[in-house]
Amino acid sequence: MAAPCVFWGTAVSYRLFLGGRVSLALRQGVWKAAAAELQILRLRHTTGVTAKKNVAALKRETYTVDFIKKQIEEFNIGKRHLANMMGEDPETFTQEDIDRAIAYLFPSGLFEKQARPIMKHPEQIFPKQRAIQWGEDGRPFHFLFYTGKQSYYSLMHEAYGKLLDVEKRQNQLQAKGLFSEKTKTKDLIGSRWLIKEELEEMLVEKLSDQDYAQFIRLLERLLTVECSAEEEEFVQRFRRSVTVQSRKQLIEPLQYDGQGMAFSTSEGKRKSAKAEAIVYEHGSGRIKVNGIDYLLYFPVTQDREQLMFPFHFLDRLGKHDVTCTVSGGGRSSQAGAIRLAMAKALCSFVTEEEVEWMRQAGLLTADPRVRERKKPGQEGARRKFTWKKR
Amino acid sequence: MLTRTSRLVSGARRLDPGRLLHAGSQAPQSLAAPLDNQAPDDSPRAVSRTSEKDPARHGEQHEGLHYNIPLQDMRTLFPHSLPPRFSMQVKTFSEACLMVRKPALELLHYLKNTNFAHPAVRYVLYGEKGTGKTLSLCHVIHFCAKQDWLILHVPDAHLWVKSCRSLLPSTYNKQRLDQPAEASIWLKNFKTTNERFLSQIKVQEKYVWNKRESTEKGSPLGEVVEQGIMRVKNATDAVGVVLRELKGQSSLGGFRLLVAVDGVNALWGKTTLKREDKSLVAPEELALVHNLRKMVKNDWHGGTIVLTLSQTGSLFKPRKAYLPQELLGKEGFDALDPFIPILVSNYSPKEFESCIQYYLENSWLQHEKAHTEEGKKELLFLSNANPGQLERLCAHL
Repeated sequence: MAAPCVFWGTAVSYRLFLGGRVSLALRQGVWKAAAAELQILRLRHTTGVTAKKNVAALKRETYTVDFIKKQIEEFNIGKRHLANMMGEDPETFTQEDIDRAIAYLFPSGLFEKQARPIMKHPEQIFPKQRAIQWGEDGRPFHFLFYTGKQSYYSLMHEAYGKLLDVEKRQNQLQAKGLFSEKTKTKDLIGSRWLIKEELEEMLVEKLSDQDYAQFIRLLERLLTVECSAEEEEFVQRFRRSVTVQSRKQLIEPLQYDGQGMAFSTSEGKRKSAKAEAIVYEHGSGRIKVNGIDYLLYFPVTQDREQLMFPFHFLDRLGKHDVTCTVSGGGRSSQAGAIRLAMAKALCSFVTEEEVEWMRQAGLLTADPRVRERKKPGQEGARRKFTWKKR
Repeated sequence: MLTRTSRLVSGARRLDPGRLLHAGSQAPQSLAAPLDNQAPDDSPRAVSRTSEKDPARHGEQHEGLHYNIPLQDMRTLFPHSLPPRFSMQVKTFSEACLMVRKPALELLHYLKNTNFAHPAVRYVLYGEKGTGKTLSLCHVIHFCAKQDWLILHVPDAHLWVKSCRSLLPSTYNKQRLDQPAEASIWLKNFKTTNERFLSQIKVQEKYVWNKRESTEKGSPLGEVVEQGIMRVKNATDAVGVVLRELKGQSSLGGFRLLVAVDGVNALWGKTTLKREDKSLVAPEELALVHNLRKMVKNDWHGGTIVLTLSQTGSLFKPRKAYLPQELLGKEGFDALDPFIPILVSNYSPKEFESCIQYYLENSWLQHEKAHTEEGKKELLFLSNANPGQLERLCAHL
């Protein structure tokens, strides 16, 4: 069943190709040179296994080069118009400015960020498509075309070629006696290899897990030997930087009041309760909430345990005085808001390592849980009406 | 190990008080001295008890320490009137230990130096919820009992102004209302507490209860009390009679009178009682309350009045109110003015340590972290050194 379909598919595609050949003739010359590289150009038709119904394949969006070019021109003109509208300099109008301008001119209340109006460069909007892989005579441009994964194998070939070069150079140096050991590991910290999806996107080709693993092994082997600057650059193309999460934590600066006592202020939120806490450096563990002692303000033990958590975690139970104000929410959310505010304020009295511990304990993260909306047709947010069989 | 040795030490002390009890109240003075000398030696181990039985001899050095009240005394002095949680604790530990605290010591000092020729001085114990006002009152009552005073103790005045089943129009005064049930209970307890005085005090006037019964002039007070207990309908009037007699006769100097009322803000607040026609009853329309108000007025001498404010049982008062002005209202404040206010506050660090030690000695805290420093700090934070809260927290451990 499958085989005759495929055959028919390829026959049809060949005929299509012949039909379109005339229009392509003008562009072939330009493309022959360009096709050797991996460019983002439009797809004419697919090679390999096509779908059973060619109608579906025909219906796939094809963006001609003209179309993309026109889109890019329109985008640039539109950008300049937008800059004029906003009263800014068209020359130095960046993508962030565009985003801000669009958000201002077309305010949208939609929750899904990707459904809101966007204006971006066509390269980011239209999906990347493969170039035409062969010329007029049907001969493919790339020498590895018939492997099926030409870009992947060409990349492997290139990397291995570089490895061989480096080893040859090392042998030459060793022969001359100028070989010197040098290890460099500093490049690896703070960066990671490309993941498989990113590599697929870069090569515009499907990969298997084993292919990906093989490629990464080759690159790592390349790193172990000493290589020159261009090989470094080649490898760095396949690495992405990784930001350390904890460095994003803001540490409040200390302030000093009239008596010279150090204190620190910060805010916290939970559900609809907002709290602001001022933690003094030296004290005896007294906490005042809205001017009332915390024992009277929170008669429930659970709330007081929440307040105790940051201090108990850092082993500073009786050492700080706190004054806080809180509004909104209920009993439990006020306690949670004060806890967050106190933990953030304590960051400024504590070492970086302890801040990292607090973050891992979840003391510095605002609880994102909010009351879920009630949906129509249901009794509550999740509860459905009683199901009656008849 | 620590708890076992400390228990051994306290066990040794417990045996001695037992022997002291049988020897009488004179002997403790000689034997108490060497035992008290032991107490400072144990201070590195955070002592929580003292063997000083007599409240009269409690002084600054006993502050923060628990002293034992013999169960016999407990039954006579407080037949009904301990706070429920404390009486549960007494039953569990099978001993009653009160902590000696500064407000109580202050009050005892004043009481020792009262001049009985002057009108009775009023002391009002006030403070936040759970700080120990009622137990301080109990300490004072124990002291007065040891000193052989006559004790008029109203355990909770709030009980008289709410949830009363039976309200009868008063036989004595048509406009007032009687509460036979509460009055008879109170008379029974009064009898238990002050047995020996009832035969000594003689009634000054003749009281006619109904067509068949009357009390002659000169008969002992015990008869009035019996009358009230037997004839429940006349119980409230009997209470009124008792109060009037005691007030009149204490000035004569035959005995010293201590009026101790807990929850005195009930006398001037609102009630939740209604008549048959669903109209609210004001406190002065209740005969018991009326008589008690007269008692609390300082127009007699020969004794003292010690009062406690309480928000816990009060009606229509906000939770955070604890000052006399807030709880008594304008009327009550004016009626009680002038008085000496005594603030009862949360535990000091020393008292807190002592309390924890007491619980540890009685193996009340079973959590493995309870005797460590961090555990104590946690408890301190969570209870904020409030005795009531601490007790409730420790009940879980």
